[in-house]
Amino acid sequence: MATAEATAVAPRRRTRLVLGRTVSRWLLPLYTIGVTLYLILPVAVMILFSFNDPTGRSNLVFKQFSLDAWLNPLGRPGLADAVANSLIVATTSTFVATILGTLIALALVRYGFRGRSTTNLLIFLPMSTPEIVLGASLLTMFIATTQLGFVPEGILYPLNIRTIFIAHVMFNISYVVVTVKARLAGFPRHLEEAAMDLGANEWVTFWKVTFPLILPGVVAAALLAFSLSIDDFVITSFTAGPRTSTFPLYIYGAQLRGIPVQVNVIGTIIFVSAVTLVVLTTLWQRRLAARDFAPIEVISA
Amino acid sequence: MARIRLSRAAAPYLLLLPGLAWLLLFYVYPAIQMFLVSLWTGNVQDGYKLTFNWGIYGSAFTEYWPWIVRSAEYGGLATILAFLLGYPLAYTIAFRGGAYKNVLLFLVIAPFFTSFLLRTISWKIILADSGIVLGPLKAAGLVPDDFRVLATPAAVVAGITYNFLPFMTLPLYVALEKIDRRLIEAAEDLYAGPWRPAGTIAGAAIGAVLLALLALTLSADPLVPAILGGIVGALIGTFLIGQAFLRITLPLSLPGIFAGSLLTFIPAVGDFINAELLGDPGSAMIGNVIQARFLKITDYPTASALSFILMAAILVGVLVYARLIGTEELTGGRI
Repeated sequence: MATAEATAVAPRRRTRLVLGRTVSRWLLPLYTIGVTLYLILPVAVMILFSFNDPTGRSNLVFKQFSLDAWLNPLGRPGLADAVANSLIVATTSTFVATILGTLIALALVRYGFRGRSTTNLLIFLPMSTPEIVLGASLLTMFIATTQLGFVPEGILYPLNIRTIFIAHVMFNISYVVVTVKARLAGFPRHLEEAAMDLGANEWVTFWKVTFPLILPGVVAAALLAFSLSIDDFVITSFTAGPRTSTFPLYIYGAQLRGIPVQVNVIGTIIFVSAVTLVVLTTLWQRRLAARDFAPIEVISA
Repeated sequence: MARIRLSRAAAPYLLLLPGLAWLLLFYVYPAIQMFLVSLWTGNVQDGYKLTFNWGIYGSAFTEYWPWIVRSAEYGGLATILAFLLGYPLAYTIAFRGGAYKNVLLFLVIAPFFTSFLLRTISWKIILADSGIVLGPLKAAGLVPDDFRVLATPAAVVAGITYNFLPFMTLPLYVALEKIDRRLIEAAEDLYAGPWRPAGTIAGAAIGAVLLALLALTLSADPLVPAILGGIVGALIGTFLIGQAFLRITLPLSLPGIFAGSLLTFIPAVGDFINAELLGDPGSAMIGNVIQARFLKITDYPTASALSFILMAAILVGVLVYARLIGTEELTGGRI
């Protein structure tokens, strides 16, 4: 009786499912292509308009193809300084934040200690605070140091490139911790133990075994920190003061009067370099993974 | 021996010290300082004094209530829209991505390699009153000549949704990717079929209510959107949502839904760039008020009070979230 019922139900159930399957087989991929195009569209527009020769000041309507801006990418007053400041802040803050964040990630992954959950919370909070609050609170602190007395004037206030650097290190630490920690999960501890058993001290073990193994995660974290720093507008606008400019601050200032085409050129250069770097590091990490996890015969051969 | 044991115990704290000191000095201390500044009275010319003027919180609330409500509405709406757009995207990448999985994920985060400001300005170009989209539509007579998208609440919500969509998609992808496919196969073997007729009804109801709410928030007539949403929802509920999805995939992806919603809502509610570039004064959010009070009007106490309110509201949400999923998950492999 059970089999009779099953054969009676099966054909109807199958036609229903086939209809659903056909719809979802075509619909989901088409939808995904659509959303991906939607995500990329503004980037494409930015690149396209870097080849524009606009009439007037605003680069909002495509008039004519031109390479003028590409041949002179910094040819606007103030733009070179802004880009230079962005690069300085991004490089220095990435360097410091990557070191500080990696140390925290090592402590979190390798040691059990009191205050662990407080540490986790303290790492998570800056990532879950709106940027405007991070910027605003730093600004109030920098202003308030003028009343404290023990911070000499000129170091933290008036605002300058140093205060931007402080802010960028602060918001990047958490992202570095999260990225490095994700790569450290599943870390082969026995390799370190083997090194120690073979007579290496902690220092040698770290540089010969631990560091090469965590390097891919550290590089990924540094890339993320650099791209967050070079793109940051909100926090920078609160911590830069009126005299220091960065590339995003320059864009914001320019958009009121009309964006020069050079901004699109530099935006395109940043985009292409970032994509290239990410692709290269991904390929490099794949090669490392293939080497590290290859069967032992291959290595000995 | 004792020395070695001592250094082993101190090791984690030594590793933590520089980074945590930086966060305490430049994250925790500024937050406290911002709270103190909100209790100042005075002005930039004559100087400020700490007077513990608690009344400022009352007046900030009453004076800026419409902005606070608007920010919550736009942020919530953008989060819902990002979820509706991002879930099918994350699902397709996780379950149907195949060889293209990494390429698709890369395309989802690719916008992050372009300046936030430049992307938003690109939308301004795309949606301009006689731009590449509206220009041809107006020439063909499909929309009236005075129709515009820019300088409306719809443009602000669309801009926020666009900018934070990857924050929603990535945690959803991580959660969906982890699901054991054998559970879904087992469900199908156990006769988990289409979800009818309940799916049709539920889909129609959810679609109609969502689009009506959307229309109401953007102060448009809700009737036509509600009917459209009902039809689309019914179709999705009938043909795309099966029992296996409803009972296995959706519940198992709940952590991703929580994380994605939080990561989208927090930056969305504090955003001021989209409202400034794509909106008009009528669509200004609390972020715009804070930014103007700090950087243009230099009314530090009110601005500090407002950003403290924003921070406290979000902190409560985060702490509840941390209670629900535990602190280890907060910093553990979300991307």
